[in-house]
Amino acid sequence: MADTLASPPPEQPETRRDFLVLVTVSFAAIGVGAVVWPFISSMNPSRDVLALASTDAELGAIAEGQAVTVMWRGKPVFIRHRTAAEIQEARAVPMGDLKDPATDQSRVQRDAWLIVVGICTHLGCVPLGQKPTDNRGTYGGWFCPCHGSQYDTSGRIRQGPAPSNLLVPTYTFLSDDKIRIG
Amino acid sequence: MAIGLHDSDLKNPVLRWVDQRLPIFSMMQKEYGTFPTPKNFNYFWNFGALAMVTLAVMILTGVFLAMNYTAHTSMAFDSVERIMRDVNYGWLLRYIHMNGASMFFIVVYIHIFRGMYYGSYKAPRELLWMSGVVIFLLMMATAFMGYVLPWGQMSFWGATVITNLFSAFPLIGDSIVTWLWGGFSVDNPTLNRFFSLHYLLPFVIAGVVFLHIAALHITGSNNPLGIEPKGPQDTIPFHPYYTVKDSFGMVVYLIVFAILVFFIPNYLGHPDNYIPANPLVTPPHIVPEWYFLPFYAILRAVPDKLGGVLMMFGSIALLFVLPWLDGSPVRSMRFRPWARPFFLLWVVAVVVLGYVGGKPAEEPFVTISRFAAAYYFAYFLVILPLLARLERPLPLPESISRPVLHGGGPLPAGAAAKPMEKA
Repeated sequence: MADTLASPPPEQPETRRDFLVLVTVSFAAIGVGAVVWPFISSMNPSRDVLALASTDAELGAIAEGQAVTVMWRGKPVFIRHRTAAEIQEARAVPMGDLKDPATDQSRVQRDAWLIVVGICTHLGCVPLGQKPTDNRGTYGGWFCPCHGSQYDTSGRIRQGPAPSNLLVPTYTFLSDDKIRIG
Repeated sequence: MAIGLHDSDLKNPVLRWVDQRLPIFSMMQKEYGTFPTPKNFNYFWNFGALAMVTLAVMILTGVFLAMNYTAHTSMAFDSVERIMRDVNYGWLLRYIHMNGASMFFIVVYIHIFRGMYYGSYKAPRELLWMSGVVIFLLMMATAFMGYVLPWGQMSFWGATVITNLFSAFPLIGDSIVTWLWGGFSVDNPTLNRFFSLHYLLPFVIAGVVFLHIAALHITGSNNPLGIEPKGPQDTIPFHPYYTVKDSFGMVVYLIVFAILVFFIPNYLGHPDNYIPANPLVTPPHIVPEWYFLPFYAILRAVPDKLGGVLMMFGSIALLFVLPWLDGSPVRSMRFRPWARPFFLLWVVAVVVLGYVGGKPAEEPFVTISRFAAAYYFAYFLVILPLLARLERPLPLPESISRPVLHGGGPLPAGAAAKPMEKA
């Protein structure tokens, strides 16, 4: 590596002053960083906000074919109790037809329950489709009114500008009719 | 000024392009680089720069605190406690801001002392001085309103007492107080407007600081001898001589500041302000923040309500006319054998007022405060005007350089100037 470094001109050897300048500037840079960090960090979510980062939801009252929306970290989460036909429909889709290929099995923990973050992956609108009267789009999932993205019954993007499928949050079944999101 | 591109001497083509159209680089070089500054500053001349640094620190921490503060009577106290306990580094931001207010006043009081001791308020620096008094008044208003925001017991009752000062004015007093409160007591509308103004005023201060510095750079700095530089041999360029001196002072200052923030953050505060505001219970002993105590003592020294209020405001108003009360042409107290002890006694009187202002309104503190307050006013209204006529000042040195070069004759022109600059 030594041959790639430019050698200093012989008439100006490194002086004590160069060293002092270098050390001072480095020390000042570290100091500025140490001062800036608390300011930047204070804008990040604090621990009391992070402590509220999980939400429990009851599934017992959701009949087959129905969907509910719960709040998790200030965002809507869609919980959909899918019918056998909807599950069938989601699993029949060939991977080649998908913009963001993912099997339905990889997106659910229990076949009947689809749980996705209800935010369109295009520009963050909340898609329609939670109410039976909503327009669910061609694929029977969700339809985003902002720019026309359409999701299927597995929450996968099928048509429109959105780049990827609706996000599946981390969740666990606490019991057969109760989940914890986050 | 000629119309057209600025004649820039910068070499870098991009900087030069900017400088020709908006000569900020030339200006910085002229005002902070080569700016000719008396060569005999002592460390008292650090405090203007320190005040500016503190203003920046206060604005920066304040902006970040405001991101987590809620200006509502039911939430303000809790939001401040949340800043202290939960917000990442919130304790640090708040302790810096809280103690920064105290440090700001310490710095500004020393800065004012410097100005008074070395006669920096005298011609031609009257407006420079007066703009400084405006900054001081704005600081007091900002600090007072900031102290109300945590909505503790001292916040609430301090706000009640200070706003009630205006009720002393005959006829219109009560209407003014109702208007200040936005209601019939200190309540949510008061808290909201105080937050709004507390956020606004520091930027107004920054604007007046700009005028203060603009005026300074017209007249040039005063110096410990109080005589004008006679030529380039009496000055040195601001950079690097005073940038280095100011930087050193700043490091020492920040050490003191850090000790306060990290080891004794509540030393200068009052524990009662960690009790949520209660409009039904007044704390048994209410005091303003330490930096208001001298003025608070003057207020209490006068047995009459309106009189006390007028004296308190008058004690600051006198500073505005100080350049005309002190008619002596000699600036520095070093050469005023009579004014010097009287001034130092005035400083003692202010400290004594600060001490008794923090004590309960009972004897012997009331009598002490009356004597100290009387001297405060006598110094400005009697002693200074009389001394201007009666005092015989010591002989002033011929120039700033002369006393330094012991016994040396007049300097050969340019000899001392040569290594510095050509002004």
